[in-house]
Amino acid sequence: MSRMHRDRLKRQGRLRLCVQVIAAAFLNGYAAGFVKKSIFTGKTKLFCVPVLNCYACPGALGACPIGAMQTVAGGKGRSISFYVLGLLMLFGTVFGRLLCGFLCPFGLIQDLLVRIPLKKLTVPRSADRLLRYLKYAVLLIMVLLLPAAVQNELGSGDPWFCKYLCPAGTLEGGIPLVLLNPTLRSLAGVLFTWKTAVLLSILILSVKIPRVFCRYLCPLGAFYALFNRFACYQMQVAEHKCIACGKCTSVCPMQLDVPQEICSGECIRCGRCKAACPADAIRTDFSVLREKQEHTA
Amino acid sequence: MKRKRILRLCGLLCGAALTALGILRGEPEVILQKAVKICLECIGIG
Repeated sequence: MSRMHRDRLKRQGRLRLCVQVIAAAFLNGYAAGFVKKSIFTGKTKLFCVPVLNCYACPGALGACPIGAMQTVAGGKGRSISFYVLGLLMLFGTVFGRLLCGFLCPFGLIQDLLVRIPLKKLTVPRSADRLLRYLKYAVLLIMVLLLPAAVQNELGSGDPWFCKYLCPAGTLEGGIPLVLLNPTLRSLAGVLFTWKTAVLLSILILSVKIPRVFCRYLCPLGAFYALFNRFACYQMQVAEHKCIACGKCTSVCPMQLDVPQEICSGECIRCGRCKAACPADAIRTDFSVLREKQEHTA
Repeated sequence: MKRKRILRLCGLLCGAALTALGILRGEPEVILQKAVKICLECIGIG
């Protein structure tokens, strides 16, 4: 890769990091929560944020869509949440997985961990293809089916994904609250140990495999993946410009064959491929606007 | 391209309709009630 493109890749990385940090600070902007050892209780929590951000985080200003979905599914009505589903459809149709690449705080954590200079692991292609389906199973089984189908002793459904798997909840909510609040610390038991082990496993794997949670486990990523192909925000490779050098594929954190899979549900629209392309063959834009421009030209 | 545009339009319309329906069913209040209390399951307490 030429020096110019290396610099461009670095600049793009820094810019994306800035956006990610600002988004994470904005979504968790209730700093007083960390001082008061409690969580925000204002009306902004009526609104679901578009990314995986635990509402039990002391700083969280909005509701987590995956947690909210399970709350309604496990509530009295035992139904899917139209409100959350509708909001996620709107977010997905406009942005697709651009939200994963630029706004998700847990994505930011993974992107920071992968900067640790250790040799990275390449998951064998066949295993990678198979493991990608896991996140759809997590969405269907742990987020939609089990909370509605299995009752706990109180007659409601447990939020299975939050309770047994979500590493963002442990990192953003569990660990700060358990450290800050002695009452919660005294209640921490086997489940907390399990969730901490899950979190640590994912964090350690994230050092070796870029965006491992987003690739294989995130139910929100699975949902947005369904919209990525036709979302308003699109990425395209101009075939007539592509020189098949493979640089785009080599920098992709999702281990995609970029020229073939850029339109797939797996692309998180991070833009690294575009920055690395020596032929400027990759285009990113809101296709609705482009179509309008092309129509008027 | 036309298929994508139709899907996009369907996504936006369905999304808006479902959000409105959810608001009419009072779902945001249910979510708020859960979100303003510390979710013990989310943090791994139980």
